[in-house]
Amino acid sequence: MDLSFSAEDLAFRGEVQAFITDNLPAEIRRRVQKGEHLSKEDQVAWQLILNQRGWAAPGWPKKYGGTGWTVTQRYIFDEETAGVCPPLTPFGLSMVGPVIYTFGNPEQKAHYLPRILKAQDWWCQGYSEPGSGSDLASLKTKAVADGDHYIVDGHKIWTTQAHEADMIFCLVRTDASVKQQEGISFLLIDMKTPGITVRPIITIDEGHSINEVFLDNVRVPKKNLIGQEGKGWTYAKFLLGHERTGIAQVAHSKKRLARLKAIARAELVEGGPLIADTTFRDKLAQVEIELMALEYTNLRILSESAKGKPPGPEASILKIRGSEIGQRLTEMAVESLGYYAAPYEGGRDGSNQPIGPDYAAGLMPAFLYGRAFTIYGGSNEIQRNVIAKMVLGL
Amino acid sequence: MDFSLSDEQRQLQDSVGRFVRDRYPFEQWRKITDTPEGFAGENWRQMAELGWLGVSLPEEAGGLGGSPVDTMVILEGLGRGLVAEPYLSTVVLGGGFLVLGGTPEMRERELPKLAAGDLKLAFAHAETQSRFSLEDVVTSAKAAGGGYVLNGRKIVVYDAPAADKLIVSARTGGAGREREGISLFLIDRDAPGVHLRAYRTLDRRRAADVTLEKVAVDAGALIGVRDQALPLIEQVVDHAIAALAAESVGAMQLLTETTTEYLKTRKQFGQPIGNFQALQHRMVDILIATEQARSMSYMVTMKLDRPARERSRAAAAAKVQIGQSGRFVGQQAIQLHGGMGMSDELNVGHFAKRLMMIDMLYGNADHHRQRFIALE
Ligand SMILES: Cc1cc2nc3c(=O)[nH]c(=O)nc-3n(C[C@H](O)[C@H](O)[C@H](O)COP(=O)(O)OP(=O)(O)OC[C@H]3O[C@@H](n4cnc5c(N)ncnc54)[C@H](O)[C@@H]3O)c2cc1C
Repeated sequence: MDLSFSAEDLAFRGEVQAFITDNLPAEIRRRVQKGEHLSKEDQVAWQLILNQRGWAAPGWPKKYGGTGWTVTQRYIFDEETAGVCPPLTPFGLSMVGPVIYTFGNPEQKAHYLPRILKAQDWWCQGYSEPGSGSDLASLKTKAVADGDHYIVDGHKIWTTQAHEADMIFCLVRTDASVKQQEGISFLLIDMKTPGITVRPIITIDEGHSINEVFLDNVRVPKKNLIGQEGKGWTYAKFLLGHERTGIAQVAHSKKRLARLKAIARAELVEGGPLIADTTFRDKLAQVEIELMALEYTNLRILSESAKGKPPGPEASILKIRGSEIGQRLTEMAVESLGYYAAPYEGGRDGSNQPIGPDYAAGLMPAFLYGRAFTIYGGSNEIQRNVIAKMVLGL
Repeated sequence: MDFSLSDEQRQLQDSVGRFVRDRYPFEQWRKITDTPEGFAGENWRQMAELGWLGVSLPEEAGGLGGSPVDTMVILEGLGRGLVAEPYLSTVVLGGGFLVLGGTPEMRERELPKLAAGDLKLAFAHAETQSRFSLEDVVTSAKAAGGGYVLNGRKIVVYDAPAADKLIVSARTGGAGREREGISLFLIDRDAPGVHLRAYRTLDRRRAADVTLEKVAVDAGALIGVRDQALPLIEQVVDHAIAALAAESVGAMQLLTETTTEYLKTRKQFGQPIGNFQALQHRMVDILIATEQARSMSYMVTMKLDRPARERSRAAAAAKVQIGQSGRFVGQQAIQLHGGMGMSDELNVGHFAKRLMMIDMLYGNADHHRQRFIALE
């Protein structure tokens, strides 16, 4: 057992820091630090800068244009970039990309992977449906073969970034006669195909990031099928299990914690700084300790997987604790504002000047949107069911 | 010992229930809170006609001479509809200050107008440095020419944009957080030197930061005893806390019912999600949180006329409970609705936001836990 980083890892950290200092545009850096909304353009700009250096896809193998980094290097990269650089949007780089290079055919790899790296295709994830959320396998969107096409009909919902996406990866039902899980296929669909309608859903933070996607008689070439018909559920589960380094959101929570401390030094209570208030200090220490426990749980799981042990259902622990701590931190941030938590002119775009102190910008939207941390990506109730069943055998 | 309502109070309860059903279906609430004023003048007039604006005022002032329980019944009913009219600011806070501290002349002039719906008030007290400490006042009132001149800045004054008059705290003596030296003034909202920066709040109400720049008032504007306003402020704020407690109970009750109904109708894995024991237990915890809040709402309401220390300790305890219950109920109602709970189109998130603001207003649970300890 050893907690220290190797000399190479430390050198790598220096390399990442230097790269950020030299290459992150000042305006984007400012927006990230202020917690303002980042546009697709900001995200694309940063991804292209990273891609120049070969760093756009930390999780991909080298031969597909990834970094080939060790888990420790990826961890360091996350730590250095979180809260400083725009987050990389996951749908292409962390979700469909790995599915394509693992299960796609050579033509699909050659076509889609470079386009993902260069942000030429912006992806969204079409899994959930109105009747199929936690019970995803019951999904009804159907794809019927018609010559060398599928005709797709259905209704997807809660689809993040569908309104900005070029492509959607969908779970569709190709066979209704077999066991639910065995009749599902994984299809790549161009968002410009006739028959696709996107309707915005405004969330409780008054922002627009999610949508409904209606598919009405949409013709999709059969060459857009990933792997085999009827194996979509396997690919979907692979995808969910794939992205484990980021799931705990440790680096992000550390940045939130640092920001919270800075606010608590500026806010006053009973004539002194909030950070010196015993009640607040206790709560702050509590969440910091919980975050530390999560960090070391994360590191334990990462170092196992570095030795080749595939991530198991215990990774659900990371999702549960990561989301809960994230919510706690965003809640404490708005609490720390006192009365200035109240003014809310809406929108996540942060374009409104905050009514209260500058550091109030974006905190309430982050709290409100953060209520979804425990809902999406498999709700925390579902994650607990997974642990009960798969780890404890209950 | 008796926790039941009188016949008149039950009638009042029915009448508030009808008002909310008729005038505050959720889509109507959205329309009302989207208007520039953020509430409906017509509803305000209706409240006046029903006698609700004068419920706590003495009969000689055009009121009904009712008890705190009447106010509780009204607020609990309004909480179910997220009713946006400035009842708390005008009736509970404004009316409270005028009844308990107004000069005879002021009461005679203002209270009948208040009861008739012709006077809206807002309480301008919190400042940037004060957080939730009621005694932390920097705004100054200097004696000048038989009257006073006020200078300072008040923040997040709920309902100020629609108010005809503001009740403003200011220092006529002392400094910092001294208990002595605070006075209260009734001033016209559009008096020279009063500047508002108005905005919408998280719960879609209207509020403003109020700057006072050499605002001159005459001696008759003083509410209560000069330099000795703090006990009055504490008393009236305790009344406001009781009212917020009642409102929060109405909101929590609505969320409890709505969420229970959702668990019965939403199906996943071929069955209502209410079949899953994890959710049953959560739903029970929501119910318990609501009932604990209700008990504290009743308790504080009935202790409002007790000696200051006992009253304040009750208010502090109640505020801790409703703050915690409200946050829990609001957040879990969202969680149990899944993606739907995140949608702005559904009422659930809006109730959760109001409950969050109720926790914050006049001091959050952390603040009142400390106050409770200090009053031991
Ligand atoms: C902001 C946001 C972004 C999203 N982005 C996407 C996206 O890009 N693509 C996409 O496909 N989907 C997306 N989703 C959808 C998300 O994955 C679903 O909301 C989630 O799976 C829950 O499904 P549901 O909303 O239908 O809730 P339900 O499944 O109806 O769940 C309602 C409640 O019941 C609980 N529950 C359900 N079953 C059980 C059980 N067996 N035991 C105990 N409790 C249970 C849930 O935990 C939840 O609390 C997003 C959701 C949100 C809120």
